[in-house]
Amino acid sequence: MQTLKASWAGFEKSWTWYRRNWQATAVSGFVTPVLLLVALGLGFGSQVESTALIGGVPYVQYLAPALVVVTALQGATFESTYSIMSQFLWQKSYVAMVATPITPAQVLYSQMMWIGSQLFVRSAVFVGVAALLGAAAGPGILLAIPLATLAGLAFSAPLVAYSATLEKPDAFTTIFRFVLMPMTLFTGAFFPVSQLPGWLLPLVWLTPSWHGIELARGAAFGTLDLLPASGHVAYLTALVVVGVAFGVRFFHRRLAV
Amino acid sequence: MENLVEAKALTKHFGAFEAVRGIDVEVRRGEAFGFLGPNGAGKSSTMRMISCVSGRSGGELKVLGMDPGRDGPKIRARLGVVPQLDNLDTELTVRQNLQIYGRYFGMSRQRCREKAAELLEFAQLGDRADHEVEPLSGGMKRRLTIARSLVNDPELLLLDEPTTGLDPQARHLLWDRLFRLKQDGVTLIITTHYMDEAEQLCDRLVVMDGGRIAAEGSPSELISRYSTKEVLELRFPPGARKPDLERFADRVEVLPDRLLLYTHDGEHVLAKVHEQGVQPVQSLVRRSSLEDVFLRLTGRTLVD
Ligand SMILES: Nc1ncnc2c1ncn2[C@@H]1O[C@H](COP(=O)(O)OP(=O)(O)O)[C@@H](O)[C@H]1O
Ligand SMILES: [Mg+2]
Repeated sequence: MQTLKASWAGFEKSWTWYRRNWQATAVSGFVTPVLLLVALGLGFGSQVESTALIGGVPYVQYLAPALVVVTALQGATFESTYSIMSQFLWQKSYVAMVATPITPAQVLYSQMMWIGSQLFVRSAVFVGVAALLGAAAGPGILLAIPLATLAGLAFSAPLVAYSATLEKPDAFTTIFRFVLMPMTLFTGAFFPVSQLPGWLLPLVWLTPSWHGIELARGAAFGTLDLLPASGHVAYLTALVVVGVAFGVRFFHRRLAV
Repeated sequence: MENLVEAKALTKHFGAFEAVRGIDVEVRRGEAFGFLGPNGAGKSSTMRMISCVSGRSGGELKVLGMDPGRDGPKIRARLGVVPQLDNLDTELTVRQNLQIYGRYFGMSRQRCREKAAELLEFAQLGDRADHEVEPLSGGMKRRLTIARSLVNDPELLLLDEPTTGLDPQARHLLWDRLFRLKQDGVTLIITTHYMDEAEQLCDRLVVMDGGRIAAEGSPSELISRYSTKEVLELRFPPGARKPDLERFADRVEVLPDRLLLYTHDGEHVLAKVHEQGVQPVQSLVRRSSLEDVFLRLTGRTLVD
């Protein structure tokens, strides 16, 4: 109870900031899905013949639920790197918070709550845009909103924990290039992973994006079976739990010195 | 008398490095207590332990009668903390900074609004209330940080180098605010490396150096214990050989550019020095200060 109240106070701080600065985030949150869906789904997609491999649906509909997940992952990366480091080192807002009754663990919880809410809003906007552009295969795509949020958090939680250990931001470029980029391109958003060389697949299975895309797409087309779906959700949840557990340790180590 | 802080043999290590090496401190309710020492003395490390943010490495510590290791959040709820480096939310307004901080203490929104209005006046920032923090001057930011630390009506206020880096006018304004708090009965703990600040604000202080406490007392006690009433300063050109004047004073300190002669009667000694044909570039008789106490105790000056 105490923890929830304290974490909520931290959430309010982010919300206060957001209220002053929402325009920039909102514009990119709206423009990104429009650009992606129009250019890749409708433009490029018009040249793509629908095959049995992608379920026989128009390419833009194949793409839409996966793009919700991919955008959530990009948003998660953005929210879990420089912004975290700044609150330790530059703005020092975390340092200010732990001088109050709020504990380092509660600082982390409030941060994760904030990121989760951001991902949810982004995903919802994306789905709305997709529906307007006729990229939604059916109402099942609504499920992509919580599923993309979960996948985003599954990447965010470990990344936030990692960011809490850094003294300078140099490693972030490496993450953008060698983790986020391949996850965006090669985990099933744009083409089925069965097209990849077999030795790559185990690596793909480790990524939160593959699990998220499987879930979101399955939900959008109503082809999700309970067993694999539970497996994907369990894996993503486990990533969140492990990430938060490490985050609590690293936040404590960093703030209680 | 009730002690708000009690430390015995308190230590803090960072890896193998000992930043605080066993200090004993008692802070009584209602007093202004100071830690005077140069950079690296261990003042901030001590303050972070007292503010129940960082754990102690050894020794005992009680704050408000409780153990920081066990009751950290409960103690912090009754403390105000002004850190050495400002950590305001610079992209929020002055008022939002105060309100949000109140929420961290679990205060209702209504109470936060009232408190913010009251503190804006205290910090003389009323006309900036709805401006962003970023462009404020250093003195204004510092006043806001102090105002923010008061949002929960703390019993004990910890100020880590409250005026470092401010111009004289901004410092005096801040000192004035701190006097007011003292009058209102708030217990203050202040760290500083300015001896004038320690003399102005502190009822009692410890001189800290290299993680240890070198002396303890009120400013006047310390001065009478470790120094003489007056000091004669003689300045010589850089590199010049300084005359041996030991016999004229109780004690002589040799600094790179000057001699300090400790005596109860500076003018008298100056006359004698002139009789000897010694011609300093400049001479000055002044009262002893905590700077002299520090020099006596450590052989070094506070600010270099
Ligand atoms: N987090 C830290 N890790 C390692 N060393 C530290 C840390 N904080 C302070 N120190 C070292 O401890 C010593 C005392 O620092 P500090 O308490 O900040 O002194 P002061 O506030 O009196 O300047 C310094 O030598 C400083 O470099
Ligand atoms: Mg310090």
